[in-house]
Amino acid sequence: MNKIVTGIVFGALLGFLDGATAWFTPDVRSMMQSILVGSSIKGLLVGLLSGWFARKVNSMKWGIVFASTLGLLFAFGVALMQKDHYLEIMLPGFVTGAIIGFLTQRAGAPSKQTV
Amino acid sequence: MELSDSVVRHLRAVVDLPDLSGTRYELEGEIGRGGLGVVYAAVDRQLGRRVAIKVLDGEEEARVIAGLEHPAIVPVYDAGVLPDGRAYYAMKLVSGEGLDRYLRAQPQAGRQGAPAAAARSTGAAAPSIHPAGEVSLSERLRLLQRVGEAVAFAHTRGVLHRDLKPQNVMVGSFGEVYVMDWGVEGVAGTPQFRAPEQAAAGAALDQRADVYALGALLQFLLPAGAPHPLRAIAAKAMAADPGGRYTDVPALLLDLQRFQDGLAVAACPDTWWQQTRRFAVRNQVLLLLLAAFVVVKFFLFFLRWL
Repeated sequence: MNKIVTGIVFGALLGFLDGATAWFTPDVRSMMQSILVGSSIKGLLVGLLSGWFARKVNSMKWGIVFASTLGLLFAFGVALMQKDHYLEIMLPGFVTGAIIGFLTQRAGAPSKQTV
Repeated sequence: MELSDSVVRHLRAVVDLPDLSGTRYELEGEIGRGGLGVVYAAVDRQLGRRVAIKVLDGEEEARVIAGLEHPAIVPVYDAGVLPDGRAYYAMKLVSGEGLDRYLRAQPQAGRQGAPAAAARSTGAAAPSIHPAGEVSLSERLRLLQRVGEAVAFAHTRGVLHRDLKPQNVMVGSFGEVYVMDWGVEGVAGTPQFRAPEQAAAGAALDQRADVYALGALLQFLLPAGAPHPLRAIAAKAMAADPGGRYTDVPALLLDLQRFQDGLAVAACPDTWWQQTRRFAVRNQVLLLLLAAFVVVKFFLFFLRWL
């Protein structure tokens, strides 16, 4: 499994889990389905880009920084659409991005180099 | 006329010197004595280089070593028979010191299994090749791994060493390792490094005898206060029953590598607490990030209720 696929898989999974925790906010329980789909897609996109970054740059520190920044930006975009719950969306999105960045740096086969 | 002790000693030394006439070598002098022969420094007149000449009673050791081409096994250049009927072989002259001398620069209080042994050199008096007190544990393990690789290679060629000990391991000027004095049939070994089954005359030996010796060598290398897993690896290799030891040298080397990689070793399986702790240490970044996620979620949850 290469790093891009690793990022997609972990990103979607962690995005889904992040979205699932929205159940603990009663206000948004009626929108759980759309939250889960949106969060999974957000995580998938962060994972895809983090996996691509991990193929280019082999650095745990920068992998985490890159993915957490992406997570924060995507979460901000989602919060902007909602025009509400900025902190509840962006903060977990930031940490989830960091976890995705770590996992794409650590797991997955690196790209093969040709001489 | 009475001769002084020094004159008698000199005459005896001269009588023992090999007659290299008829060979391409010019004798310089004795540089060491092994269990099966004496080693001399000489000059190869044809190639103009210094070599080590070992004089033996039989040619078997030369044939054994000549068949082993490995970076940690001294290459044999030539072999033959002297005019007096003794066999000899010429090999690379290693500039360095025996493993026991190499470590002696850092005396370790309470080191177990350190035999008192005479120093041995195979070249001109070489100075210690490292600053005193700086033979680290990782360097000691590196030395043992190089020895193990040479022995494992020899085993693939059907050759046992039978006499592994610190005096038979040379550390060169650049940190390279050479395993010397490959044993032949009938070698009894050195008690402190000899497998129990080797003591019986005519015993059928297998590679586990060398595994035992490697374990003894590891025990010799370990400083006081060495980590428990390393002592467990040495103890497993030195089990009295060959069936209780590592099956072969690569298995022992693998366990050493696992220790250096921070993994559990086969010699002392982890308890559940040690496994958990090892997992936590190896994955501390991931666990911190997951903890941060949980803290953030809890923080937001309680913030909503404030």
